Amino acid sequence: MEILTAIKRVPETGAKVSLTDDKLDIDTTSLGFTFSPHEECAVEEGVQLVEEHGGNVTVLTLGEEDATEQVRSAIAMGADDGILLDGGDAEWGPAGTAKAIAEAVEGSDTDFDLLLFGNESADTANHQVGVRVAEELGLPCVTGIKDLDVDGGTAVAKREIPGGSEVYEIDLPAVVTVKEGLNEPRYPSMRAKMQARKASVEQTEPEPHDEGLELVELEVPETDDSPAEILGESPEAAEDVVDVLEELEVV
Amino acid sequence: MVLALLEYDDDGLDDVSLQALTLARDVAEQAGESLEAIAFGAGAEAVAEEAGDHGVETLHVAAADALDDYAPEAYGRAVVQCAEEIGTEAVIAPGTDRGAETLSHAASKLDVTMAAEVTDVEVGDSYELTRQRWGGTLIEHSRLTAETNLLTVAANEVSVTETGGDAAEVSSFSPELEDGDLRVQLTEVEESDVEGVPLGEARVVVSGGRGTGGDFSELEALVERVPNAALGSSRAAVNEGWRPHDDQIGQTGAKIAPEIYVPAGISGAVQHMVGCKGAETILAINTDPEAAIIQKADWAVIADLHEVAPAIAEELEARGHSE
Amino acid sequence: MSSNEFPSTAGTVVIGAGIVGSSLVGELAERGRDDILLIDKGPLSDPGGSTGHASNFIFPVEHSKDMTQLTSDSRDIYREFDTFNNSGGIEVARTDERMEELKRRVVSAKAFGEDAELLTPEEVEELVPYVNTDIIKGGFHSKGAGTCDPLRAGELYRQQADEKDALRTAPNTEVQDLHVEDGEITAVETDKGTVEADEVVIAAGLWSPEIADMAGVDIPLTPAVHQMVSVGPIERFEDGEGEINYPVIRDMDTQMYERQHGNDIEVGSYEHRPILWDVEDVPSIEESPLSPTQPPLTEDAFEPSMEHALEIIPDVLDDPDAGIRHSIDGLLSVTPDGHPLLGPIPEVDGLWSCAAIWIKEAPAIAREVSKWMTKGHPDIDIVAHDHVARFDEYGETNEFVKSRAHEGYQKIYGIVHPREQWQSTRPLRTSAFYNRQEDLDAEFFEAGGWERPRWFESNADLVDKYEDQISDLQRPNEWDSRWWSDIILGEHLHLRNNVGMVGDTGFGIFDIIGSDAEENMERLCVASMDIDVDDAVYTPILAPNAGFVADLTVARLGKNHYRVITGGAHAGQDKTWFGNHLEGDAELIGRSSELCTLGVWGPNAEGLMDSISEEPMTADSFDFAEMKDVTINGVSAKALRISYVGEFGWEIYAPMDRGQRLWDTIYEAGQEFDIRPVGTGVYGETGRMEKGYRLMGAELEIDYNPAEAGLTFHGVKDADFIGKEAYAAAIDEENAATLCTLSVTDHAPDGGEPRFMTGGEPILDQDGDVLIDEEGRRSYVTSAGTGPSVGKHLLLSYLPQEYAEEGQELQVEYFGQQYPVEVEVAGNGGVFDPDNDRLFRNEY
Repeated sequence: MEILTAIKRVPETGAKVSLTDDKLDIDTTSLGFTFSPHEECAVEEGVQLVEEHGGNVTVLTLGEEDATEQVRSAIAMGADDGILLDGGDAEWGPAGTAKAIAEAVEGSDTDFDLLLFGNESADTANHQVGVRVAEELGLPCVTGIKDLDVDGGTAVAKREIPGGSEVYEIDLPAVVTVKEGLNEPRYPSMRAKMQARKASVEQTEPEPHDEGLELVELEVPETDDSPAEILGESPEAAEDVVDVLEELEVV
Repeated sequence: MVLALLEYDDDGLDDVSLQALTLARDVAEQAGESLEAIAFGAGAEAVAEEAGDHGVETLHVAAADALDDYAPEAYGRAVVQCAEEIGTEAVIAPGTDRGAETLSHAASKLDVTMAAEVTDVEVGDSYELTRQRWGGTLIEHSRLTAETNLLTVAANEVSVTETGGDAAEVSSFSPELEDGDLRVQLTEVEESDVEGVPLGEARVVVSGGRGTGGDFSELEALVERVPNAALGSSRAAVNEGWRPHDDQIGQTGAKIAPEIYVPAGISGAVQHMVGCKGAETILAINTDPEAAIIQKADWAVIADLHEVAPAIAEELEARGHSE
Repeated sequence: MSSNEFPSTAGTVVIGAGIVGSSLVGELAERGRDDILLIDKGPLSDPGGSTGHASNFIFPVEHSKDMTQLTSDSRDIYREFDTFNNSGGIEVARTDERMEELKRRVVSAKAFGEDAELLTPEEVEELVPYVNTDIIKGGFHSKGAGTCDPLRAGELYRQQADEKDALRTAPNTEVQDLHVEDGEITAVETDKGTVEADEVVIAAGLWSPEIADMAGVDIPLTPAVHQMVSVGPIERFEDGEGEINYPVIRDMDTQMYERQHGNDIEVGSYEHRPILWDVEDVPSIEESPLSPTQPPLTEDAFEPSMEHALEIIPDVLDDPDAGIRHSIDGLLSVTPDGHPLLGPIPEVDGLWSCAAIWIKEAPAIAREVSKWMTKGHPDIDIVAHDHVARFDEYGETNEFVKSRAHEGYQKIYGIVHPREQWQSTRPLRTSAFYNRQEDLDAEFFEAGGWERPRWFESNADLVDKYEDQISDLQRPNEWDSRWWSDIILGEHLHLRNNVGMVGDTGFGIFDIIGSDAEENMERLCVASMDIDVDDAVYTPILAPNAGFVADLTVARLGKNHYRVITGGAHAGQDKTWFGNHLEGDAELIGRSSELCTLGVWGPNAEGLMDSISEEPMTADSFDFAEMKDVTINGVSAKALRISYVGEFGWEIYAPMDRGQRLWDTIYEAGQEFDIRPVGTGVYGETGRMEKGYRLMGAELEIDYNPAEAGLTFHGVKDADFIGKEAYAAAIDEENAATLCTLSVTDHAPDGGEPRFMTGGEPILDQDGDVLIDEEGRRSYVTSAGTGPSVGKHLLLSYLPQEYAEEGQELQVEYFGQQYPVEVEVAGNGGVFDPDNDRLFRNEY
């Protein structure tokens, strides 16, 4: 089967982020880049499905040229091909991103059976690119998936709810957006990493699209760095511990 | 008009819907518009009173046999039709899986951008939004200027208030579905089984480090007492040969995301903390009040884990909690 | 462990709770400091500095006695804390050149007391079956190598201090300012409050320069990236107990290491292009995904390292379940010369530096610094090469630190010749003679930042001229002749036959002025300071244990005015020692950059100088060790009749701005006397070796006393001075060892090309066992140099008393081969002109 997995290059931040002077972006001077855990699971799922059913995983990203680094990381995890939609330095909104991806899929020689996305991007968290791509392509879509089985032309996808999960059966081709916990993403082997550095990544330049959502500025919220509440300094604190567990409804 | 999308169950409106409703009412008041709502399914009429109590004047109930089971694209279509029919300037949905999914379909159909994870709206010529990025570690101020402004409300950020209004007027609404709108529909709901919880999926993770001195028996006993709980360890404990490598939480081990993480006798080295940064809360047990783990925890017990863990297990038993 | 109240006073504040700061508080408590406050901006036990990401292995063998000793002592400390795993370690060679280097390492291991051997590829495979032996020539097995746990050791050290009630800790506390009043540290200001302190130690790793800057002083280091990845899980390692079951591998030719860690293999590299950071770009703890010192791996830089790792250990890296689970650009501290930055900071009393230290040596360095702080001196010589003051007056700029760090990065696993010179930021300090010397094709070496000619290519004709005397001393082996020239031998012979001019000698010069100057000088010097104005004296400066702190020349310029002249490489150290010990009315004024020094020595020196000086400059008019004003062609200068090459002549100190005129005058007038410019190859090596003159940092160090060094000619003066008691006792007692001059009697005992030792080699008895004195000190070559006037290659070494006699036949080991040597002189004295007839201008 042919699988497309979409990922997004994002900075790897610590507990606190610093902003650029114009407050329109994160100051990434001392930061590295990655793609989100949701998307790592998407890549891993694609690779596992291909291992099981045969086929290819194509990993796609939209972003600046340096995003090829993340495409290569996905290739190191087992993806076969890479595509960069070179969007330049600007931040693309969800509508434009979805249109660009849909166009790339339509324009591709490959007929994809499955398009895997993260449920939402780690940074802007717009929660809609996967759905919009499905709408653009007229494909069925399920989101927030943490369990996926493919059998022939059908997929059974599960979404977690308190106390259980919702089950969806969909026909392929389809769009599935996934969440961390779907699987345990592999760490790429050193040899795979080496080879991925040499892999070629196809590049195209998509057309930008107007968004109705315009960034004014970013703000770093006041963080709660208050020290831990000390429940006690003896085993008697067990009572308070159980109070906490009860409050969280985990017992 | 401002339209709120509501989710409910047998106990009434769910929490995030109430939060969405509170924000939607604020938007409506600022815009000088009335607040209406849409809910799906035959049971929706039952929440008319509660919705009214939160300021909803009219509750549109989209009921049809085909819509009893959740179907995202059909729901999205219905929201679009309802919004168009009543001429709303905004649709506000709860920031749940279903809320975001339904509204994403609607946004795509309307060819507008949806704003997700919103916490505040100032209504003027445009909507001046405050929304969350990065799971809330960064705040975005942005401007939404669509013909219809679609937004989802971040969970647990808005304090719910009531108006004490009368029950909402129920208006039934029959969307016109198109082919394919029911391609995706909830097939069934599975109850989760709780046997042998993997570390990555546990709701509660208890773990031990060097402070155990190699004796994990009390921690094991505690984990057995808590449903959906798993036992982990630090790299130090694995290196000592006290625990198998699979149990290791941290940079080179498992990454966990439980609702509560209980590290016991673990100092909280950076390499360990990256493995548990997905934990929603941390309750540390450690004899050293200066340990790094105490800085990072929400709660702490400064005492010997070999005494604290059995005491917690006893207390759980005394209160009737058992696996 | 600590109270929550931030204290308002403390005896000692240590800034930085990594392995260095934590070890230091433990060691200071051990030595009686009982009111210590340990501050770190991060949490415990891993505050986020380099300690937290170190790969934690210990390879004890280095080509330096002190570093080998410090590493070995640190290993003992880790072992006492039960935080050491004796896994052993193997350095593998991919090239023949590296195999030679490994042979040299075996020799150093022998010299400094470590267990080591060479391995064939098959023997490497037996120990580490996953190494690809197809690509290696062999290995160096360091049996005492292993891995440690510095975070745990730090915890235990802090606990130790805490149990003595000597320690309070303030983690999560950020230092914001250092208060200095009248040149003394008074307080440390933090975000939790201000604490007054008597002494403050900066042990803040790569943040040390930032902290030092708060007191207006420099700790010259830069953060640099060391790339590391961790790959696992590896099935082969699953069944092993504990964290390591195989020796650590160092793949020297690719500047990488591979080390098992649990079921991971850690692959680290120093091969990549140097990536230097500015400390202000290092993120805060909150901003860091991992820790401030673990930024993400720069992948393109790591590409060659991955290739090399896959070559050397493909078996484990290709384990089907193994992946790169962790990868970082680990930040560590790199200094301009690769050595740590230790000791009292010259400009601020009570402020200490303890920075740029590797995990492998940290506890022992902390121990030695704690001794330095509590009893005035360390027991292992960390003064000569590791003193933070060694860059005083020249090495503090960002450009210098960065360029040297960049250059030095490649030397971390490199094959570094003992005479190898730095290339970057040169020339930095040039004397007034520099341009003239460059015109004469000087080959410059650097000392204390100064450019000093080692030899002059313009003197190449002297090699032919003295061919008869030189031919047996030629060095056919490339290693032996690297950073060396036979012209040195020609210059040497020419100076002894005619006259040579040597300059600039790059001295550290400073004045001690004040009504209490004499009293202070008496207290610091072994020689009596009750000398006449215009007289000078050579004197050792001792630590309380009578170990050497310095040796230098002191001239009295006035009743209350002394001038101290010391080696350029030790100028900062000596200035700090004097500065820290001055009491009452005595001020120290630096002169190094104002004065240039030109030495004129040889049989024709008298005739030459007397012909151009307005004042008489003859043996009759100038006593030995007399310093007088002279006027040479309009240049006012001071001339001191002294010599480090054993010839009659003077050191002439002129104002820097008139130095070139002085040079020109002497050079031109000297033509008639057949003068030649002569480099420090003669001044610092061949000349002094023939005379048995000792060198600070080589022969003279903290571990040996003046009796052993043969420098007791001053006797014991009445006045008190530092080290007097131990010095007097050393004279009374029989020496455990005595410094001897030896000559190599056969340079090619098995035929083949003759070899010439460079220094650092072990001295063996006829059975091939290293000589060890009754105090456990091993005999090794402290200096090596050829003596063309005596036709021998000469070595200096401390020998156990029973071997210290003329004619004693011994052996020296060099690159795995043993060579016969013979003791020429036991104790002080020259092989050449032993009665000093030439120096004192007696008839000869």
